[in-house]
Amino acid sequence: MTEFLQLMVSGVSLGFTYALVALGFVIIYKATEVINFSQGGLVMIGAYLVYNFTSTWGLPFALSVVLGMLATAGIGLIFERIILRRMVGAPVFAQVMITIGLLFILQNLVTAIWGPDPLNLGDPWGVSTVTFGEVVIQVRQLWGMGLTLFVLLLFFLFFRFTPLGLAMRATAIDQEAALAQGMSSKRVYMAAWGIAGATAALAGVSIASGAASLSPEVQFYALLAFPAIILGGIDSPLGAVIGGLVIGITQSLTAGYIGDIAPWLGAGFESVMPFVVMVLVLLVRPYGLFGTPEIKRV
Amino acid sequence: MARRSPYLITDYRSDLRLFGSNWKRFGLLLMVVAFIGAPLQLDNFWLGLLGLVAVYAIGGIGLNLLTGYAGQVSLGHAFFLGVGAYSAAWFGGQQGWPMLLWLPAAALIGAAMGALVGPIALRLSGQYLAIVTLGLLFIGEHFMVQWKAVTGGTRGTSVNADLAIGPVDFANLELFGITFTRNQGLFWLLWGVVALVALMAKNIARTRPGRALQAIRDRDVAAEIIGVSLSRYKVAVFALSSGIAAVAGGFYGAAVQQFVSPVEFGGIQGLVFSITFIAVIIVGGMGTISGGIVGALVVGALPRITQRFADYLPFLKSTPNDSGIILVGQFNLMLFGALIIVFLLAEPLGLAALWRRITTYFKAWPFSY
Repeated sequence: MTEFLQLMVSGVSLGFTYALVALGFVIIYKATEVINFSQGGLVMIGAYLVYNFTSTWGLPFALSVVLGMLATAGIGLIFERIILRRMVGAPVFAQVMITIGLLFILQNLVTAIWGPDPLNLGDPWGVSTVTFGEVVIQVRQLWGMGLTLFVLLLFFLFFRFTPLGLAMRATAIDQEAALAQGMSSKRVYMAAWGIAGATAALAGVSIASGAASLSPEVQFYALLAFPAIILGGIDSPLGAVIGGLVIGITQSLTAGYIGDIAPWLGAGFESVMPFVVMVLVLLVRPYGLFGTPEIKRV
Repeated sequence: MARRSPYLITDYRSDLRLFGSNWKRFGLLLMVVAFIGAPLQLDNFWLGLLGLVAVYAIGGIGLNLLTGYAGQVSLGHAFFLGVGAYSAAWFGGQQGWPMLLWLPAAALIGAAMGALVGPIALRLSGQYLAIVTLGLLFIGEHFMVQWKAVTGGTRGTSVNADLAIGPVDFANLELFGITFTRNQGLFWLLWGVVALVALMAKNIARTRPGRALQAIRDRDVAAEIIGVSLSRYKVAVFALSSGIAAVAGGFYGAAVQQFVSPVEFGGIQGLVFSITFIAVIIVGGMGTISGGIVGALVVGALPRITQRFADYLPFLKSTPNDSGIILVGQFNLMLFGALIIVFLLAEPLGLAALWRRITTYFKAWPFSY
């Protein structure tokens, strides 16, 4: 039982991390209907910028995180402004491929600047843990969960109560109609990329802090967040969190029990499991659990 | 009486002709001369490079049928190349089958795998399909690592497959008493296959199935209404493109690398490899067969060329300890990213469209259109 609870805790914590990454995908998709493949690159550069602020410049950790979020938001804004802005109305395939191009550039830029070796993010949590009964929880996991819930709350308040959030929802539904109502889609797109950048930096911090170290591997979390966003439905923030949790728990439980149940699947099956779950769910519900079905008009 | 314009197409047959104009026949002649003459003139480095380019061209043509003609985005192309490479390793290497047996076997296995993925494309569209095929890379990598008897696990396996058609062994080619090097022989083999695959793809593209695929790409609902069976064509194009990819993969394993390892075809490296093929068709031209070949020349040659001339470019370094800002490998990937972005912004239909624009300009000269 203790083992099960322990696995659940690490699964939930992992799930919140995926959810935080996934929220970045969701906000860009909601505004522009494009899956942003460069999110992993933004996560990566966000985390490395925070590292740069704390360890290289010696700034306090909280300030570094805020600065890292602002800087990554800036990168997102610039990218939207100088490249994707020209692609509005172009085929979705072309826009997706452009974000993949950006992913390649960010990935290799980061490795070229900071090198491939693991670094210590310099966060205050370190490897310290708290114990509930017999279940051990790392402090950084608690912070990760708290931050994700906080960001989710902000997302909810933003979409529900601010004019920009309303404009974003309207633009996602019908860009022309929103323009006719006086909502600037340029501002909406820039805001989406800015928010996605800031979320990405936060996600990067939550992945690379504590016992886990900062290395280019950080971007793999973004690839594993794909099953989460697909599972939850690509345009639903709540779906992203639930999808993240499902994927995280599945992964953690698979890691814990696959050796006993189905050893023939081989070691390391847990990192494949999210994709297996994703394919199965998509075959039953092609738009995820909470996604909006695409309506085909003839 | 006014002379008929040589560009005027008045019947269906002339529309379908492969080499309709004198210029195109001249181009064909040039290509034949280059095919025969290139191995005799070029040194080993360029021949090896052109062998890799040929593999990119075969895979690119396959992906172009799927993505350029039928509009189905796949990030799993590398997986199918892996299937082909491992088929070559197992049937050609371990079992010692001749090339005329292992190559069709690789193609069939690849096509069967593609046909399994095809039905997923029926239920999902666009970006969802891209992500599911991305999942294929990770699931595929896992099985490539685990199925050690065939794949050799993480360490990979060497591929000693036969590369001969009957008595003519392209790996040690001897014709009319002259012995050719491995790269010379393989050039003829690989580019011969490129020509065959291109001809086959062109024949598919210019006739009924090709038009059906383009109808699906442009509007699947409309295509279905005019009588195109979505299920048949989507599954068929996935099988076809995967089969061609498996052929490319077989040659990649047996002729270019003589070695396969699962990291190349799965996971992150697999994604990079898949994107390489997408870059091939974006640079060359989506929805054209010649685009696959032209794109392969650019995308295949560029990394090796920067690698070769890295010493002359001060900001590049070949090993981490050299002076310079960025490693060649990283620079090449960044170059890929930039290449994709620049082409999509400036010339979304690729070099093929650029070429068409230039020829149109000269045809219409001195008028602008």
